Amino acid sequence: MTSALACKGGFIWVMKAARKYSLILATVLYAVILLFESCQDKDDEIVWLEEGEQFSGGSTTVHDESVNAFGNAAPNLIGDKDLIFVTGNSFFNRNWVTAPSSTEDLDGLGPFFIARSCSSCHFKDGRGAPPEEGEQPVSLLFRLSIPGDSETGGPVGEPSYGDQFATNSILGVTPEGSVEIAYETISGSYADGETYTLRKPNYSFTDLGYGDFHASTMVSPRVAQHMIGLGLLEAIDDVTLNEFADENDADGDGISGKINWVWDFEAQTAKIGRFGWKANQPSVRQQVAGAFAGDIGITSSVFPEQACSSSEEDCQNAVNGGEPELRESILEKVTLYSSALAVPKRRDWDDEEVLKGKQLFFEANCTACHIPKITTGNHPDFPEFSNEVIRPYTDMLLHDMGDELADNRPDYLADGNEWRTPPLWGIGLIEEVNGHTNFMHDGRARSLEEAILWHGGEAEASKQEFLNMEKSDRQFLILFLESL
Amino acid sequence: MVKYLLKLKSAVLLLTFLFVFTNCDDDETENTTPSVTKAAVIENYAELVYANYVDTYNLAATLKQKIETFLANPTAETLADAKQAWLDSREPYGQTEAFRFYDGPIDDENGPEGQLNAWPLDESYIDYVSGNVNGADGNINVNIIGDAETFPTIDKDLIAAQNEDGGETNISAGYHAIEFLLWGQDLSEGAGGGDRPYTDYVTTDECTNGNCDRRGDYLLAATELLIDDLQILLDAWEPGAAYRTTFTSEDELENSLEKILIGIGKLSKGELAGERMFVAWDEKSKEDEHSCFSDNTHRDIVNNAKGIVNVYTGTYVWTDGTVVEGPGIDELVEQEDETLNTEMMELLNSAFTATEAIQAPFDQEFLAEPGRTRIKSAIDLLRSQGDKIAEISALFGFTLDPSDV
Repeated sequence: MTSALACKGGFIWVMKAARKYSLILATVLYAVILLFESCQDKDDEIVWLEEGEQFSGGSTTVHDESVNAFGNAAPNLIGDKDLIFVTGNSFFNRNWVTAPSSTEDLDGLGPFFIARSCSSCHFKDGRGAPPEEGEQPVSLLFRLSIPGDSETGGPVGEPSYGDQFATNSILGVTPEGSVEIAYETISGSYADGETYTLRKPNYSFTDLGYGDFHASTMVSPRVAQHMIGLGLLEAIDDVTLNEFADENDADGDGISGKINWVWDFEAQTAKIGRFGWKANQPSVRQQVAGAFAGDIGITSSVFPEQACSSSEEDCQNAVNGGEPELRESILEKVTLYSSALAVPKRRDWDDEEVLKGKQLFFEANCTACHIPKITTGNHPDFPEFSNEVIRPYTDMLLHDMGDELADNRPDYLADGNEWRTPPLWGIGLIEEVNGHTNFMHDGRARSLEEAILWHGGEAEASKQEFLNMEKSDRQFLILFLESL
Repeated sequence: MVKYLLKLKSAVLLLTFLFVFTNCDDDETENTTPSVTKAAVIENYAELVYANYVDTYNLAATLKQKIETFLANPTAETLADAKQAWLDSREPYGQTEAFRFYDGPIDDENGPEGQLNAWPLDESYIDYVSGNVNGADGNINVNIIGDAETFPTIDKDLIAAQNEDGGETNISAGYHAIEFLLWGQDLSEGAGGGDRPYTDYVTTDECTNGNCDRRGDYLLAATELLIDDLQILLDAWEPGAAYRTTFTSEDELENSLEKILIGIGKLSKGELAGERMFVAWDEKSKEDEHSCFSDNTHRDIVNNAKGIVNVYTGTYVWTDGTVVEGPGIDELVEQEDETLNTEMMELLNSAFTATEAIQAPFDQEFLAEPGRTRIKSAIDLLRSQGDKIAEISALFGFTLDPSDV
């Protein structure tokens, strides 16, 4: 037992070292791997099994494998936060309606909108998917911009359509248009000869209500992400993220985590971006207010302006549902709700095959970006989320993911190839909660396997390792991901 | 306990039954034979579900009849009759909400719940409302009823199709759409609901607010759609129907018992105490109530609470007073844990009494004392009742989170 634990400690040290100095310390690494392998022979499971690793969200973790796995409040909420969570949940689910309406707190939909409620896209607080053939996207939206930087360093919206393409509008306002998705098939094969096919989406925008797009328009598709553990991610200290960052790849491992500095509209200053596919939102509050404004057309104290471009006159003239439309107390409650959705406990974390998959995940260096374990700092509003040991499998940083996955649309400091490492906690429950297994920023991957295969750029070497694995090893690795 | 129970009109007859039964139970316990089987309780549940839906359907049919009469001859009197028929139709429907939350016929993937009871309603999407809409100065045509060019024919299909517009739930159909079309927009600053003139449906020169014929089309089509949706529920629960047969089969006893408890537990705590009452109480927001046009929300609350009593005690009282009764969950629990059943019966009584104490209109009641205390007291009791139902679920080996709706 003692020797096994020593091996485990040694392993963690090795992995940290491997991440930072793998090329420099190759010899040492080799020596320790030999040592490690001899340990494994003695007790494979204990080496890879970490105490408490099933509690991905630390003491905020819940045990729920059901369709509601993402819908629980963190169990350690103090004071009346559990009741505020109830109200927040309600407004997360409710439909917004056209102004004016008898239900005053719920009017002001649009003029342009993508959905009527938060839960239309984040169904069961889970993840969205691309539309079925012939349907218009709801939980997949499209950001638009032209080259250049806005006053705050962000993207410049398309002149006629603004920074987001709206597929719906209230009556009396000409809709922006429709989206058509065509998939092209890409084939490939593993080292063992087994073949696979991937689908790559191509988008076209039709029935345009306000003329053609600007010639240099850049489009970025974004699918709705699952909502768990956001308060914990917000509680990660800036210092920790700076430690993870290696923008110029000083350690020469080919992986250069980059912080996105984005505008905090209330603080009127740049902050570290944490949320969104390109880490372009600094806080849960701004993310929530941004989604209300951009996706449902509901103005708030954070974003008091309706998103109508200068070409969209009927949008500008439409009746609003109050100034702002979102009552401050409701914004606060939906923000609390969005921050406090608990991370579910892992399943089968101590299963032998899952542990084998975990080993493969670490050995393929996936953990260079999908950092397994982080201790949170102090969250000003949530002592519940402070100083927790969490296992999100993310570094919250931007990475070049290769040309195949690129949206070619910069977003603050994120360039057209860069995406934020998404947290992996909960991905094994998406199928139960949302009834699909679509992954990546636009839902192109139809399985976790395809999601791995879409990795490129800084993740190319890890993907190559996956391609070279035996089939059984690939399955173990997937089993590990499904246990998250 | 007995004294409180008497307050529940719906349970008077059951009480007598219970008394007799409890005595039988004592006798039979000595023989170690369970006097009430799960099969009997589930069969009786199916019977009361069906009875409740038939009652609901019949009153919706009456509503349709009154609406047809009103449209044929719009007067203040025929409008008042139609409104009364709507209020009457809500009484049995509210009780059926105890059959939700377990992916049954009402709210499984294809269930009609979202279309039957959609809320909030997008009223200005359906018909004119006060003020300028969508920037069109004084233009009352920017809505389905007003826009004959975009929506040439108003029928059931059109209303059902709005389901797909920007969300997964409908905002233009169901009971509340009919309510809006009968009562009109609630413009009152204080107490009071909508005040739509009957002339909104007069198809001669006296037509007020335009498009009176199309408004009538919408009202009738929404009512027809409502009846179609209720028919789906009858088809699922009538004796011999596939869903009911499976639900009551020997193989499904455990699953069905769990579902029955899920339905009442979640309605009690998550939905009624949480979504429908606490949120309005917490935000004190005007018209944050389900039946805001008719100011009938207080009855929605009482009827939901009554639905829970019905299921637990295995009884349903038809609108005409006829009683369906049989072995309820109470008798199953009594056999296993007498104290737990007593606690549950006391909570049922006090929670139901507390909902009845809430004064109409609900949107005034939550603004100030003593209304706020009355509502809060009902919320607390309904929450405790949901937790108690979770305890009962645990007694049978099920895990239930009554907050999750």
